[in-house]
Amino acid sequence: MVRAVTSFGRSGLSDWLVQRVSGVILLAYFLFIGCNLIGGVDYIAWKALFAQTWVRVFSLMALLSLAAHAWIGIWAVLTDYLTERLMGTKGNVLRVALQLLVIVTIFVYVVWGVQILWGY
Amino acid sequence: MNDKRPVNLDIGTMRLPITAWTSITHRASGVFLFVGMAVLLYILDASLKSPESFATLKECLTSPIAKLVLWAVVAGLIYHSLAGVKHLIMDFGIGESMQGGVLGARLVIGLSVVLIVLAGVWIW
Ligand code: HEM
Repeated sequence: MVRAVTSFGRSGLSDWLVQRVSGVILLAYFLFIGCNLIGGVDYIAWKALFAQTWVRVFSLMALLSLAAHAWIGIWAVLTDYLTERLMGTKGNVLRVALQLLVIVTIFVYVVWGVQILWGY
Repeated sequence: MNDKRPVNLDIGTMRLPITAWTSITHRASGVFLFVGMAVLLYILDASLKSPESFATLKECLTSPIAKLVLWAVVAGLIYHSLAGVKHLIMDFGIGESMQGGVLGARLVIGLSVVLIVLAGVWIW
């Protein structure tokens, strides 16, 4: 059996489920943010919203969901197109390089988000 | 299987059905959103940093280019979310027939267009 060492959960079924749960969390979060923005906000109200612990925790949850969701999603895309079958050895090199770039980007997003939520 | 039948596996020469279009655009919008999240994080950063950066951000978001970028990300989010919800509904075994799939794809496209236009109106 071939082991997919770069997938998120090392199991297709696990990745499938995490992809769905994280999608629903992200959707709930964006709806929440949308509801708060729709009437327009000033700095005081916006700042007060994000001063609440539960909003920060919800935001962190969305951020971590984004990390898992993007890892699984981009992995699916890369392993479909940048493959040895389609491009030869070059495909493997390109895929792993891009996968690394994506993981670094995800890491930056998470750290940046935490910095925004708790840093100001 | 009759192995004398001609086989064509070159997807570039096929006319894609509507379900294939919603599928590939769901994928494209997902990749686009991954980049778009940098824009949203940047906006969140500027909006919470200080009253001054909030005001600067507001000023910046009055420019047509900034509005266009924001609209593109929001549009991607709307489309990807609706197509994602369609995935979840189909995961429950609903609408998995050929007609169901076509109807689902049409609903996703129709609803997306309406919501994306509304989002555009809201941003402008
Ligand atoms: C907010 C940032 C988001 C990003 C960056 C993102 C990115 C992606 C990517 C790259 C894929 C892979 C596409 C493919 O394999 O064809 C994907 C799949 C998926 N997304 Fe998202 N997504 C986001 C939000 C959402 C939301 C809000 C939902 C709502 C339910 C959602 C639901 C899904 C589902 C169900 C799949 C799996 C599709 C499949 O199994 O083929 N995503 N996403």
